[in-house]
Amino acid sequence: MIKTDILIIGAGPTGLFAVFEAGLLKLKCHILDSLPQPGGQLSELYPKKPIYDIPGFPEVLAGDLVNNLMEQIKQFEPGFTLGERAETIEKQEDGSFIVTSNKGKKFQASVVAIAGGLGSFEPRKPLIEDIEFYENKGVKYFIKNPEKFRNKRVVIAGGGDSALDWSVFLSNVASEVTLIHRRNEFRGALDSVEKVQELKNAGKIKMITPGEVVGLNGAEHLESIDVDINGAHRNIPTDYFIPLFGLTPKLGPIANWGLEIERNAIKVNNALDYQTNIPGIFAIGDVNTYPGKLKLILCGFHEATLMCQAAYQIINPGKKYLMKYTTVSGIDGFDGTRKEAPKAVVKAID
Amino acid sequence: MTQDVTIKITDREGITHEVQAPTDMNMNVMELVCAYELAPEGTIGLCGGMAMCASCQCYVLNQVDLPERNEDEEAMLSEAFNVKDNSRLGCQIYITNALEGLEIALAPES
Repeated sequence: MIKTDILIIGAGPTGLFAVFEAGLLKLKCHILDSLPQPGGQLSELYPKKPIYDIPGFPEVLAGDLVNNLMEQIKQFEPGFTLGERAETIEKQEDGSFIVTSNKGKKFQASVVAIAGGLGSFEPRKPLIEDIEFYENKGVKYFIKNPEKFRNKRVVIAGGGDSALDWSVFLSNVASEVTLIHRRNEFRGALDSVEKVQELKNAGKIKMITPGEVVGLNGAEHLESIDVDINGAHRNIPTDYFIPLFGLTPKLGPIANWGLEIERNAIKVNNALDYQTNIPGIFAIGDVNTYPGKLKLILCGFHEATLMCQAAYQIINPGKKYLMKYTTVSGIDGFDGTRKEAPKAVVKAID
Repeated sequence: MTQDVTIKITDREGITHEVQAPTDMNMNVMELVCAYELAPEGTIGLCGGMAMCASCQCYVLNQVDLPERNEDEEAMLSEAFNVKDNSRLGCQIYITNALEGLEIALAPES
């Protein structure tokens, strides 16, 4: 069991910045996110795109903003559990919460701050009849253990980086790799496209473009797929079908936590502290809603700051505190480091 | 003052709404749908308008002079579901005077 003061669900910019504001109040944070890397949508969707409305940054790349936030919070030593989704929450007699991930890991915290953005990212499933029947019987949306595909026949569908990269990788593992995409153009990194071209030329990857997988066959396990090629159907025997059509955010299990939900977002008290209808659970950033809500990173930063002040009162009831300016008081990291403004040099004039 | 254009939008329930769209606010069709709340929040414009999610896919129902699909839109539509020949991404169609009388239907949520 991981114990912390504030469990932050979501490693996007709002969740990351909450670590900083909590650290100023000497509160420890642990962050849980379903994606394998921090940054949320900024890392997953648009790391190379510029953002123009972060105060003080006329222009900053989304990926750079995430890196800067990670640098800004590092002295507060946040814990990270990545690649796991928050599944259930239970309130304890002492007022704390225990959150359990989809992999069974448990986290105990006095305060839970949901900074989940639009939700956890889940694979977009193609609309093929009976595809759910074949999930775990040959249809895979993620590749966790590539060894599973050793000496097997694999069909990958998609036109982005993950389809290209896994085709390249599995061409050395699987007995046969077929890449199917609805058009001839791919929107992946140029070197990935070129690598696939090389492997196609060398006969190590079969390509079907334009083509679309329209049917799945097999009694107990996937045995073959049907592909629509310019209106004609072709049957291709395969052991695995891996559709890689990107990820889409879903609010997911959080929707069943008893929180008041309005228009796919969690209702909070914005006049005070962004607390939800369950005391001790806060919602900050894109995941919350209140009158006048704007889904902007800069609003998430503000919400994280106010949330931490309220969390302090819950964790330290009755203990006095006054908000400090970092320029005046400096920053004491949990790692023993201290940052402070250089002292002014006083020199007498003769 | 610039003039608004009139656009007919059929929502995912099949109800058609005739809405006025400003041409001077750099708005696109996805944002127009959101502004008039014609699709529940969290079901449209998920990527914020970067042609990266196809949640704003719509079908163009009449002959109106629209800008061609750009490279990003073409790529996203090639990976989206329920795509037809008249599919477009609402976020890539900016509201201009040329859109007067446009009729679209929102594609199903996927």
